[in-house]
Amino acid sequence: MIRVFSMLAVFWVGLSPAQAASNIQKVTSPGGITAWLVQEDSIPMVALQFSFRGGTSLDPLDKLGATNLMAGLLEEGAGPLDATGFAERTDELGARFRFSAGRDSVNISASMLTSNLEESVDLLRLALVEPNFDAVAFERVRGQVNSGLRGEKTDPQAIGSKALRELTFPDHPYGLPVDGTLETVAALTPEDMRAAHAQALGKNNVFVGAVGAITPEALGSLLDELLAGLPDGIADNVPDVTPALTAGITSIEFDTPQSVISFSQPGLSRDDPDYLAAYVLNHIIGGRSSTARLNVEVREKRGLTYGISSFLLPYEHAALFMGAFSSGNETVAEAVKIVRQEWAKVAAEGVTAAELETAKRYLTGAYPLRFDGNAEIAGILAGLQVAGLPITYIGERNDLVNAVTLEEINRVAATLFQPEKLRFVVVGQPEGLPED
Amino acid sequence: MRRFLGAALLAMVLVPTAQAQQVPVTRYTLENGLEVVVIEDHRAPIVTHMLWYRVGAADEPAGKSGIAHFLEHLMFKGTEAVPDATFSEVIEANGGDDNAFTSQDYTGYYQQVAVDRLPLMMEMEADRMRGLILDDTAMLTERDVVLEERALRTDSNPGSLFSEQRNAAQFLNHPYGTPIIGWPDEVNALTLQDALDFYDLNYAPNNAILVVAGDVQPEEVLALAKQYYGPVAPSPGIKKRLRPQEPPQRAARRLEYRDERVSNPYVIRTYLAPNRRAGAQEQAAALSLLADVLGGGGITSLLGQRLQIEEEIALSSGAFYSGLSYDPDTFGMYVVPKPGVSLQEAEARLDATLAYLLENGVDPARLARSKAALLASEIYAMDSQMGLAQRYGAALTSGLTIEDVAAWPDILQAVTEEDILAAARQVLDKRQSVTGYLMGAEEGKQ
Repeated sequence: MIRVFSMLAVFWVGLSPAQAASNIQKVTSPGGITAWLVQEDSIPMVALQFSFRGGTSLDPLDKLGATNLMAGLLEEGAGPLDATGFAERTDELGARFRFSAGRDSVNISASMLTSNLEESVDLLRLALVEPNFDAVAFERVRGQVNSGLRGEKTDPQAIGSKALRELTFPDHPYGLPVDGTLETVAALTPEDMRAAHAQALGKNNVFVGAVGAITPEALGSLLDELLAGLPDGIADNVPDVTPALTAGITSIEFDTPQSVISFSQPGLSRDDPDYLAAYVLNHIIGGRSSTARLNVEVREKRGLTYGISSFLLPYEHAALFMGAFSSGNETVAEAVKIVRQEWAKVAAEGVTAAELETAKRYLTGAYPLRFDGNAEIAGILAGLQVAGLPITYIGERNDLVNAVTLEEINRVAATLFQPEKLRFVVVGQPEGLPED
Repeated sequence: MRRFLGAALLAMVLVPTAQAQQVPVTRYTLENGLEVVVIEDHRAPIVTHMLWYRVGAADEPAGKSGIAHFLEHLMFKGTEAVPDATFSEVIEANGGDDNAFTSQDYTGYYQQVAVDRLPLMMEMEADRMRGLILDDTAMLTERDVVLEERALRTDSNPGSLFSEQRNAAQFLNHPYGTPIIGWPDEVNALTLQDALDFYDLNYAPNNAILVVAGDVQPEEVLALAKQYYGPVAPSPGIKKRLRPQEPPQRAARRLEYRDERVSNPYVIRTYLAPNRRAGAQEQAAALSLLADVLGGGGITSLLGQRLQIEEEIALSSGAFYSGLSYDPDTFGMYVVPKPGVSLQEAEARLDATLAYLLENGVDPARLARSKAALLASEIYAMDSQMGLAQRYGAALTSGLTIEDVAAWPDILQAVTEEDILAAARQVLDKRQSVTGYLMGAEEGKQ
């Protein structure tokens, strides 16, 4: 009975994320800053997401970690408030701010109550436009960054990512650590923070998503208040790069009962016309789905791991296709062998019509589930703009997924999956694993 | 958790329900004993369907640690109607996400899906409440998966290994001292019969709570629940949960754990502490605010101000207390000292801060900020359908009622400085504490 019901679902076209899709408005502030807004009045809050393009890849070689430390200091004292004063004011207002730095962007998310929106915006403006970078807070937060950097030296995940990153991008900023090194961070000064701030937070470089109980007009003036005081940031001067990956296994000795494995090969950039087909393809092979081939072969059939998945990682200037899992030292060799077999099999044979159909049903049905909450939707709105997608994308996305044909996906499979460029990095004490 | 999700699910925080804007919550009980809680959220045509069993790791038979969590994994292995481990496949074919989780006090299963799929979710979840079919092949493979999960979550993480040892030292008699995922040798010896025995005994409508949150009307959910869950027979074997309780704890315990993977040593202390109880949440509320003023919110808390800002000896510090458990659990605090500051020194400064608090009381401005932040968190909580469903499921399986959940924000706001100090004096008794040092292999050695 239940199976019959699920078969009927083949004809179900999927639900569109109705509210979010039909109600996105493009708002241009009087000062010329644009944002995508979903006005959603049912909860007295506003969620904002800012994505400033550039990120840690802009760090000069001798200042690695500057942008990351700068982002961590934005809430550590600004305008007339010291770090404690800023934190106390945030608590009083019930506002939530999060500042983080990535390779291609500095990201700021804010959730604020409508009951004191004006005061919360004033506070956020101080952090964005008038951070103090005072010496005491600088030393304290630098100490926290250093503690993270020390931790990375004994964390198998971090050891593996570093090795894989350096193999992939030997001569490019993407090969360098987002948070710097103990040496470069030790040499940073508050003056470097001011320089990183000026180049990373430019009002011409920002994408904004907004969701909540706010009108377009109010959002427009809010954006001007928040961002008008920022300079224009510097142009993104990071060159495009091709991943220098070759087939093989790099093994790094680490005393642990379970090896940590990451694998990578070149991927597809977000504006590649085949990107969506590749996305569907990845879901079938390595998505976080119980039916994904890697999950079935490595976990369900053999119990070699708790979780394995793969994903497309399109950076601004390079594209990767990566995956990760953990496996006991005695089972990792078999698990790696299976991943390689599956990789070669997809490249040679592609996927089946039934797999494509199942993937479409899941991906189109589950798409609306992502829109769970104002803060999530604000993040999606900023992300779509970063990816250069049209404002109509949310409404069209499921149709685009449904339009992917078997022929198309298998053409993509033949070129996307490149066993001859698939590199594994294994951190642990793997038994019987060939290294090359 | 059955499926690997990274940190996403673990990050879910339980926050109490809003006063200014109450979320509409309706409760029913079916004739077979199933409790039904409906939470309305009409923002999108989506529903979260969760079935919570009032059974967790703390209810396991002696020597069978990990069986509750192992059974959670096995629940996806099939029934007559949905055979061959295709449960999640059917959910995915209907565009839904699903997973499950086990704690000391509960085991939960959930799906998130378009609201018109709710009947199918109920049909499938009711079906596997009594209809699970298992064989040795599936059992053995899944046991390997669980051992991999243990290796990932615990054995690969010195902080987790240490936490396991500290818990075992904290509870002299209560099963909270045994890890949810189980001790490795016991997990490795679990059998098909162990799983089936635990399942037959505990999985029944009169031991479960259905939580449905989303774009639904309560009466519709009730009608569907009656249709799908109503025919499931209750189990006569369900008894009130009576676990071995703690004897008086008379001796402070101290632990050191060295692991070469530790880069940032810390000192951590937990005290045995009362939990939220139905109709009696005041002391737990006072402890929640104690945790917040002492060590919540980073540098604005008392620990943060003294140890990070004034004395500059700590990289970070904090206090933690959940209060949401079936039996008394713990109140805790930690300090991560700066390099060059010993754990002994960090512990001394921690104790000095506790003494300062008991001597000088709570700064009224700090208490007011904590309460303001709690009120705000009520509004943000409404933004997460899954979070709301989680809140009610966890509370009800911890012995609370939906009235207790609704009353909690007001009880928190009513806490006074005297309440906090009285709770602190009672709970911060070292004889009931475990103090632990997590260190690198060579830390502090001469």
